Amino acid sequence: MDHLDRLEAQSIYILREAYRSFPNLAMLWSIGKDSTVLLWLTRKAFFSHVPYPLVHIDTAFKIPEMIKYRDEIAIQWDLNLVVGQNKEALAKGETFVNGLDRLSCCKKLKSDALKYTLDGTWARRKWNPYKKKWEDELNGAPYTGVIVGVRADEEGSRSKERVFSARDEKSEWDASTQPPELWNQYKTDFAPGTHVRIHPLLEWTELNIWEYIERENIPIINLYFNNGNGKRYRSLGCFPCTAPVDSEARNPKEIIEELTSGKFKDIAERSGRAQDKDGGGTLEALRKEGYM
Amino acid sequence: MQRLNIVITGHVDHGKSTLIGRLLADTDSLPQGKLESVKKMCENNARPFEYAFLLDALADEQKQGITIDSARVFFQSQKREYIIIDAPGHIEFLKNMISGASRAEAALLLIDAKEGVAENSKRHGMLLSLLGIKQVAIVVNKMDLVGFSEIAFNKLKVEYSEYLATLGVKSDIFIPISAREGVNLIEHSSSTSWYKGPTVLEVLDSFKSIEERAEEHFRMPLQDVYKFTRDNDDRRIYAGTVTSGELHVNDEVIFYPSLKRSRVASIESFNTPVKTSVKESEAIGFTLQTQIYVRNGEVVARADQSEPKVSNRFVANLFWLGAKPLELDKPYKIKIGSAQSTIYLEEIKRVIDGDTLDRADEPSVGRHEAANVVFRLHDILAMEQFDENQKLGRFVIVDEFDIAGGGIITEVLEPYANRRTKTHSVAWTLVEKAGDNAEFEEELFALLRKHYPHQFT
Repeated sequence: MDHLDRLEAQSIYILREAYRSFPNLAMLWSIGKDSTVLLWLTRKAFFSHVPYPLVHIDTAFKIPEMIKYRDEIAIQWDLNLVVGQNKEALAKGETFVNGLDRLSCCKKLKSDALKYTLDGTWARRKWNPYKKKWEDELNGAPYTGVIVGVRADEEGSRSKERVFSARDEKSEWDASTQPPELWNQYKTDFAPGTHVRIHPLLEWTELNIWEYIERENIPIINLYFNNGNGKRYRSLGCFPCTAPVDSEARNPKEIIEELTSGKFKDIAERSGRAQDKDGGGTLEALRKEGYM
Repeated sequence: MQRLNIVITGHVDHGKSTLIGRLLADTDSLPQGKLESVKKMCENNARPFEYAFLLDALADEQKQGITIDSARVFFQSQKREYIIIDAPGHIEFLKNMISGASRAEAALLLIDAKEGVAENSKRHGMLLSLLGIKQVAIVVNKMDLVGFSEIAFNKLKVEYSEYLATLGVKSDIFIPISAREGVNLIEHSSSTSWYKGPTVLEVLDSFKSIEERAEEHFRMPLQDVYKFTRDNDDRRIYAGTVTSGELHVNDEVIFYPSLKRSRVASIESFNTPVKTSVKESEAIGFTLQTQIYVRNGEVVARADQSEPKVSNRFVANLFWLGAKPLELDKPYKIKIGSAQSTIYLEEIKRVIDGDTLDRADEPSVGRHEAANVVFRLHDILAMEQFDENQKLGRFVIVDEFDIAGGGIITEVLEPYANRRTKTHSVAWTLVEKAGDNAEFEEELFALLRKHYPHQFT
């Protein structure tokens, strides 16, 4: 077994453990490379099936290609897609482009939308793969297990995560009171009203993700590649706060070269994400409130 | 590239974060800009820069000045990649230290040359031994504070070796270092010219990763059985992660404890060439030639190889982290392999505390204590002794919703014949004596009458 086989096997074990432990399980799919790898690992774990819904939080400011790609893959892979959105904030114009600060905008359009979509308070838009159409779900049951594609190497606070990490009634995370996690035994019991975040990619690095995408030939969104203008996205988010980087890499192989020996060898992945930079500890503040 | 999980433990303030920060910086393993951004943050807060800050990425932690959780840090030597787990030394965070250490294949145990062996140095040594981590090097830090004295180093070495020997841990690797000054981390230093042993990096590179042991007998805890009906899929797939050995198509398999058997019809996978065999550490799925009903958590073995042990009683080394003590005869949940069952603590043989003083006749195992105990299970399960099969010889105990303790099985006992628990037998003895105490007898009969009225008409 090489290192990718080991990472793959461990992630599959975690996904299967989540699937058997949480009757109301969902996976967050941001359309980005990490959660798309997670989706691929799901198909590995369950022999081409995707046995739980995929939740996407649509801030309405996503790069348009992301939505197009999402809907295409959903049809192609027969996915049970669930979309959540903060319609109220959007209607009132409470957004960064209308003058709100970045972090408040993230909280409203991402953290709040995520929280109320997961607990079923807000309407969920669901893709019905049988009828091939979108339907609204009102008063949906809360998801008690939520699979998320965070990695420990991304950013300080994420390296503190457990593989199975409890969130309290307010969706909040307290890094200092987490129960222990031993060997491959995880927290699969939870109190009513709480939910557990499951992190199968915690030990993967950005490089591992690209190596795996290349090996498995996973159809990743082409925003990650230079499509002729000498620019590509290294990390995907909302267009007002995410900038592409200068790069000639046109495919996973060239990205791997860029990461191992080229220009991004020592540059942090989220360097194009503006919300990480507004002072120390801001992403952690967002994460405590439920941000991924 | 090869990877090794290592853990660095030690008493609070003995310099773990500094050691790791320094290793990262000196081997060029930090992302560009990280060092600068931490330096800038120190400047903004008018604090002198320290290597430890590189790890203390969490805002809370910096406020308290202690490492809260087992951060995972990636680091590279010429030989391989390391995941260094920085385990907190503060007693309150012992559970985090254990979470970190349980994933480790080797450990560095840090001791402060000036302060000497602290309570937690002993406790961590004991926990590493309980977790079954055999590759341990003792790093004596802050040698600069004792003038790089060989005498001080040797004194500590003797004292701690004696302690480790009482735990049955043999470690002859002791390294004198100064994390702050970078002494004996990557290269030898003239400050300790008397020291001829390896540097920290050399020791790390000398540790062995857990190699695949293909010669071992096949074991797979059954994690789940899948039957997805979508797209007319009619496969019934038995899924799990192989903990040891190899399995091939057409092998006869036996499930323990149900003893049901069948033959492997196919090995299933997605987006790979067709597989005819699988081995240790792979997360697999197979179909069988006949349909049998088995339960999640059973252990699959090959009919032509050894059997796992099957019982509902065992002796274990246990460490307890729960807020409430582990009590005799109270129901808890055990998770072992992929199985779960109700478990009762039957006997506490001895409680081992950090100061090597074993105590017998304790009524319970308290938080942060370790003990040698006998457990009794509600169900018969497949299990192994830890020294024969690590992955099926270790378990966790869940109290209410959280993992509250863990341990390793040192001896599998004969199963309880009739499953009558000790509680039952104690109750039975007392009921027989009911006549000795009139008041008790009256209350007991009132209770029986209430629950079984038809028996008294």
